[in-house]
Amino acid sequence: MYKVIIIGAGISGMSIARELSKYENLKIIVVERKSDVGWGVSKANTALIHGGYDDDPDLYPVRAKLCARGNDIWRKWVKELQIPSVWNGALVIAKNDEEMKELEILLKRGERNGVNGMRIISKEELLKMEPNLSPDSQGALWIPSVGQIAPIPAVVALAENAVDNGVKIIFDSPVEKIKVKDGKVKGVRVSNGFIEGDIIINAAGLYADEISKMAGLDYFTIHPRKGEYWLFDDTAGPKPKHVLFPAPTKKTKGVVVTTEVSGHLMIGPNAKDQDDKEDLANTKEGLEEVWNKAKLIWPKLPPRSKVIRTFAGLRPETKKADFIIKAEEVYGFINVAGIRSPGLTAAPAIAMEVKEIIERDLGIKLKKKNKWKPYRKEITHFFMLSPQQIREKIRENNAYGKIVCKCNKVSEGDILEAIERMKKIGIKVPSIDSIKFRTKATTGTCQGSFCRVKIAVILAREYNIPLWKVTLKGRGSEIGVGDVKSLLREVEA
Amino acid sequence: MIYDTVVIGGGPAGLAASIKAREEGLNVLLLDEKDYLGGILPQCIHPGFGLHYFKEDLTGPEFAHRLIEKLEDMGVEKRLTATVLDITVEGDKKKVKYVSPEGLESVATKSIIYASGARERHRFELGIVGDRVAGIFTAGEAQTLMDIYGVMPGKEVVIVGSGDVGLIMARRFALEGARVKAVVELMPYPGGLARNIVQCLQDFSIPLYLSHRVLEIRGRKRVEGVKIAKVDDNLESLPGTEFDMPCDTVIISAGLIPRIKLLKKLGVEMDANTGGPMVDENLETSISGIFVAGNALLINDLVDYVVEQGEIAALSAKKYVEGSLQPSRRIRIRAEGNLRFVVPQYVSGKRDVILYGRVKKPQEGAIFKFREIGEERRYPVVKPSEMFKIKLRVERIPSNIRELTLEVK
Repeated sequence: MYKVIIIGAGISGMSIARELSKYENLKIIVVERKSDVGWGVSKANTALIHGGYDDDPDLYPVRAKLCARGNDIWRKWVKELQIPSVWNGALVIAKNDEEMKELEILLKRGERNGVNGMRIISKEELLKMEPNLSPDSQGALWIPSVGQIAPIPAVVALAENAVDNGVKIIFDSPVEKIKVKDGKVKGVRVSNGFIEGDIIINAAGLYADEISKMAGLDYFTIHPRKGEYWLFDDTAGPKPKHVLFPAPTKKTKGVVVTTEVSGHLMIGPNAKDQDDKEDLANTKEGLEEVWNKAKLIWPKLPPRSKVIRTFAGLRPETKKADFIIKAEEVYGFINVAGIRSPGLTAAPAIAMEVKEIIERDLGIKLKKKNKWKPYRKEITHFFMLSPQQIREKIRENNAYGKIVCKCNKVSEGDILEAIERMKKIGIKVPSIDSIKFRTKATTGTCQGSFCRVKIAVILAREYNIPLWKVTLKGRGSEIGVGDVKSLLREVEA
Repeated sequence: MIYDTVVIGGGPAGLAASIKAREEGLNVLLLDEKDYLGGILPQCIHPGFGLHYFKEDLTGPEFAHRLIEKLEDMGVEKRLTATVLDITVEGDKKKVKYVSPEGLESVATKSIIYASGARERHRFELGIVGDRVAGIFTAGEAQTLMDIYGVMPGKEVVIVGSGDVGLIMARRFALEGARVKAVVELMPYPGGLARNIVQCLQDFSIPLYLSHRVLEIRGRKRVEGVKIAKVDDNLESLPGTEFDMPCDTVIISAGLIPRIKLLKKLGVEMDANTGGPMVDENLETSISGIFVAGNALLINDLVDYVVEQGEIAALSAKKYVEGSLQPSRRIRIRAEGNLRFVVPQYVSGKRDVILYGRVKKPQEGAIFKFREIGEERRYPVVKPSEMFKIKLRVERIPSNIRELTLEVK
C-alpha cells in the first residue's frame, strides 16, 4: 500500500484524487489550506472547456498535448458526475485581414493538436450565427468542440466521488513543511500534525512554487495574473449563443463574451500581472478594460444597472507558461504546477498523466479496485424540478417546500442536501459560499441580501454552532463578532 | 373554489389590503414567503411608525402587531412560508401558483393585490470595486441579523447611503456599542428624513460625508477598510481627494428597488422612474384585476402611506369583483421639471385623487403646477427624501383632456 498525499483540493488535485482512487494499492489523502474544495484558482475563471487550438505545441508542448485530450474526457466525466455543462462551441472573431490570417494559424495549430471539426466561416455565416456581433467582424474560426462547465460544482462533484471511493480530504490545513529523507519524500507537516506519505503530488495552484521549494526543488516561480469579470442579471441581454473570443494575443486568449452555464451574460477576463497571491480585488481600471474590450465584439452590452456581480481570479503563471507535470529527482514528489489556462480543460488529462507518471517514473504497479464507483449524483435543485417532482419531494421532506433563495428558487431541502454532502467530504467550518456554489443560492438578482442570513441560520443549526460563527468564505470570515450585546459587555468589563 | 382576491405579501401593504378586503366582505387569501407576518416591520424596532395612520408613535413590531391582530380577528385565510412561483391570467380569471411546506398549490382568483415589497440595491449595482469579503451587508440584512437573530455584525462601521434605513442602522449600531465612523452620501444633501438626521446621526455624533463616494472596499477575509473620495457636481470622484478609512463593516443603504419580477413576466406596463408598475387611481395595473400597493408600487418613506395604498387597492379589488370598477386609464399624468415621478400615472378625471410624488433635488420656494389646468401650489421647501401627497379635486379636472402635466419649478 502506497500513501499518496495530494496538496491542494482544486480542479487538478481533485481530478487526480478521483483518478487515483481507482487503484487499491493507493491510500489517498488530500490536504487543503482553505475550508472547502475549489476555492483557489479553480474558483474564478472563464469556466471554459477549450478546444485546444490555442496552445502552440512548439512552445507549450504539455498544454498542447493535454487540452484537446481533456476536452474529450470531460464529455464523459460530466455525465458520470452530473456536472452542469453546455457544449455550444466557440467563435474566434477576426476584425481585419491580419486577424483573418491569425485564424489560419489557429486552424493549422488546432489540427496539429488534434482538434476536430474546426473551420473558418465567412462574415455572412458568422452574423447569421450571432446577429448581435459587432458589424465590423470579418469572419471567424468556428470550434464546435468548445464547452462550458460550472467549475466549482465540477470540483465538488469530483471530491464527492473521490471520497465515495475512499479518498480523505482534510481542510483548513496549510502545508508547513515537507519531509524528505535519503532522497525520498516521507510526508508533510500541517498545522495539526504530521501526515506520512510515499508519494506527494503538488497541485497547490498559486503556491505550487513554495510547496516545491519545501521539497528542495527551487527551479520555478509562480506569478499571479489577475483576470476580472462582469456578470449580468439573467434577464439582461442580448446573450450570445456561442462562446465569443477576439483574435488572441501572446499573453491571453482575450476578453470573452459568453452566456455562462447558468444563463447569465458574462464578460472577461483581462490579464494583469501582480505579485500578491491573495489580492483578488476588482479594480476600476481592470473592469473598464474588460468592458471596453467586450464592447468591441459585443456592442450591445446591457446597462451597468444590470450587473449583478463583478469578480476576479488569479492564474498561476510560470516564466515558460507551460504546465509542469513531472516526477522530480526527489523520489515520490510529483509537481503539477503552473496550471494556468487551459487548466480546467486539461484537468482530466492531467490526472491520467499523473497516473502514468506514478507507474512509469516511480515504477509502481497499480492494481485496479474491483468495485470502483464511477457515478455521483447531483443534489436536488428545486428550480429544475417538475411540478410532479416538487410534490413528491415535499411529501418526502417539507423542507423542499420552503424557498430560501427567492431569486433562484433554492429550497431549504436543497440546502440540507448540500450540508449533508459538505459534512461527508469533511468540511468543518461551515460557510455561506459552500452553500452558494452547491445550490446557486445568493447568486441571483438581489445577490443574497434576502437569503444570506437564512442560510446562515440553517448552517448554524446543522453544524450546531452560534449563528455569528457561521462564515462567509471559511475561517476568519465570520458573519458576526458575537451576540448583539457582546460589544456592550466588553465596554462594561 | 375561486377567491375574490389573493394578496401577495404579508407586509404592511398586504396586511392592510387583506384586512380592508375582508371588511368589505371579500373572500381573501393572503400569501407570505416568510414564516412570520409583517414584512420588514418586525425588525424595525425603532419608533416613528403610525404617526399618521394610528395617530400614535409606534415601533415597527407594534405597528405590525396591530395589523396582524386585526387580521387574525377577522379570520383572514393565510399561508406562510408560501412563495409564489407564477401568476397566470386568462381573461378575468387569474391563477396563482405557490409552494409551501404543505405542497405545491395553484389557486384561482378574480383579482390579485400585489404587495411584495422591495429589495435593496447591492454594492455591485453601485459600482463599488475592491474585495468581496465578509463584513459587507445591506442595511436590511444587518438589521435582520441584529434585531431578529441577535447577532452583532461588526465593530467599526461605514455606512454607504444616507437614506432612512442607513441612518436608522447607524444609530442602531451606535446603541449596541459599535463605532460608526461615517455615513457616506453621494448627493450634496441627505437621503433620509430630517428627523432621522437629527435623531440618528447628530444625537450620536456620527459624521455625515455629503458629496462623497465609497470607491473601494479592501480586506482579505473580512473588511479592513474603505477608500472614499469627494465627488463633483456630476457625481464623478475628484482625483486627489481619496482617503482611506479603516473599518470592519460596510453597510450598503443606497436605495430600494420594487420587487416586480412576476409582474414584469406578465407584461405589465412599467414606469422607469418609480421602478414599479404604472397604475391608475385604483392602483390597478395595465392588466385589469391586478392591483399593486406598498413598496412594490413605489418606494415609500412612511409605512402610513403603504397602508393607505393597501386599503385603496382592496377597495378597488372589491369594486372589480362586483363589476363596478370604472376604467380609469383615461388621463396620463406626466412628471416634469424637478419631479422624479408621480403616482398614479393615470387618472379617470371622475373623482378626487391623491397623487404621490418625489422631487429630484431639494428646492426652496417650489411651485407645483398642473400645466393643463393652470392650478398652482407653493411649498416653502421640498426634498427628495420626503414624498409629497397632493389631492387633486375632480372639479378642477377638465373633461376634455388626455394628458395632465405636473411640473415642479
